[in-house]
Amino acid sequence: MRHLLDAGDLSRDEAVGLLDVAEAMARTQSRQIKKLPALRGLTVVNLFFEDSTRTRISFEAAAKRLSADVINFSAKGSSVSKGESLKDTAQTLRAIGADAVVVRHSASGAPHRLAHAGWIDTPVVNAGDGTHQHPTQALLDAFTLRRHLADGTGDLQGRHVVLVGDVLHSRVARSNVQLLHTLGARVTLVAPPTLLPVGVEDWTCDVSFDLDTAVDGGAPAGAPDAVMMLRVQRERMTSGYFPSEREYARRYGLDRARVDRLPEHAIVMHPGPMNRGLEISAEAADSPRSTVVEQVANGVSVRMAVLYTLLAGQDPAQAAADITRTETR
Amino acid sequence: MTQSHHSEDRGERVVLSADEIGRALTRIAHEILERNHGAAELVLLGIPSRGVPLAARLADRIRLAEERSQAPDGEPPVRVPVGELDITLYRDDLRHHPTRSLTPTVLPPGGIDGRVVVLVDDVLFSGRTVRAALDALTDLGRPRAVQLVALVDRGHRQLPVRADYVGKNLPTAVTERVQVRLEEIDGVDAVAIGGTR
Repeated sequence: MRHLLDAGDLSRDEAVGLLDVAEAMARTQSRQIKKLPALRGLTVVNLFFEDSTRTRISFEAAAKRLSADVINFSAKGSSVSKGESLKDTAQTLRAIGADAVVVRHSASGAPHRLAHAGWIDTPVVNAGDGTHQHPTQALLDAFTLRRHLADGTGDLQGRHVVLVGDVLHSRVARSNVQLLHTLGARVTLVAPPTLLPVGVEDWTCDVSFDLDTAVDGGAPAGAPDAVMMLRVQRERMTSGYFPSEREYARRYGLDRARVDRLPEHAIVMHPGPMNRGLEISAEAADSPRSTVVEQVANGVSVRMAVLYTLLAGQDPAQAAADITRTETR
Repeated sequence: MTQSHHSEDRGERVVLSADEIGRALTRIAHEILERNHGAAELVLLGIPSRGVPLAARLADRIRLAEERSQAPDGEPPVRVPVGELDITLYRDDLRHHPTRSLTPTVLPPGGIDGRVVVLVDDVLFSGRTVRAALDALTDLGRPRAVQLVALVDRGHRQLPVRADYVGKNLPTAVTERVQVRLEEIDGVDAVAIGGTR
């Protein structure tokens, strides 16, 4: 694995491997001294073209816990057109001597361009691009699910996860559907037809327009093991996708009554930031079944695992050359 | 040694048999007790992968030895706490190999502060693993003392490290490979020297 750009690129073994490393990382984070020396001397650049609090802080914490140096590069306000600015920025990073680039961009595909255009030769981690992908979020969600539903080992074979809300604008939904499918889980998307993307029928999941049926475990996929609420992304909405917020909250919001009807073991997830009162009520968000805060903590462990996996070993080509050298214990 | 120096299938010869491994561990268990005047403050930490079953075996042998030497009306001895110490993240050669997988670090409930930590590894070679283990221990607590068990010391140290308890000193060429096989992991107990790589 050279880059982490797309949750769909991960094989089952790669995904389970990353989650296992994340478990190992999580165990080190309950110690008094949380810092580990694995990435000492390496520089990780957080390149954020789009606002973010938890993802940037999470990557920063992850890199620092592994002893890497972190440079936060906020490109907000740049007036240069996107293609040019990305190239210029990439060349700046190369000059600075970055060993890995964590990039968030409002344009779908920007991390892929950065990784493959030949401007830089470091691993690239996609921290969210447009409405396309957010693979580390999918990994941390899978990590959280695995801890609650599979004792923190193996995959999520046979588990059923319901994703509710603004699928159209959600890179989290896209990445989650792919990764959960890879891990063997069944996924049901629940959304108003206006908030489903074109081509969703080709995704590896079921689609429903009715939250109550999904909560009660009706067709198509049966009782949910987890309900993941998606943020209504008003900043990306250019026209009316639903009549009113009250109607959306009533039909697609997770409130106390719906939480109470879930199976006893089912968890309530939200990638944050939450619109309390819109897609999730305060009671549901703060209920003991809610894993919202836990997801943030797990995010650090998962990003440590990603940075460790991409950076701690050497390039495969270099490794092949090295194998001829005498091994030292 | 009964095995031929030129066994054709693997190109390796056995230098410690299962019985010899067992006797070495029994002797080391007694040496640990003698040096530390009993087992009261000990914590055994195995370095994965093969140090872990070795540490467990030493703990069993230490308890056995304590049972034999105790007064007839005394309290039965408790098993010495055993843990696992993963040193992967502390290695100095991470960037010279493909990404290494991690194993859990498991500390006994009492922790390691103020205890005598006995590190257990299968082969002592360059000393870099032990260096990494000492760094890892520093992040986990402050033992009163740290001692080292190696089932095999094959020489060629690159750092000023020595073992307190050695199963067998084994002169080797740098290019030779020492293979430790243990029942718990490999299904058989044996130490063998392989040919050059």
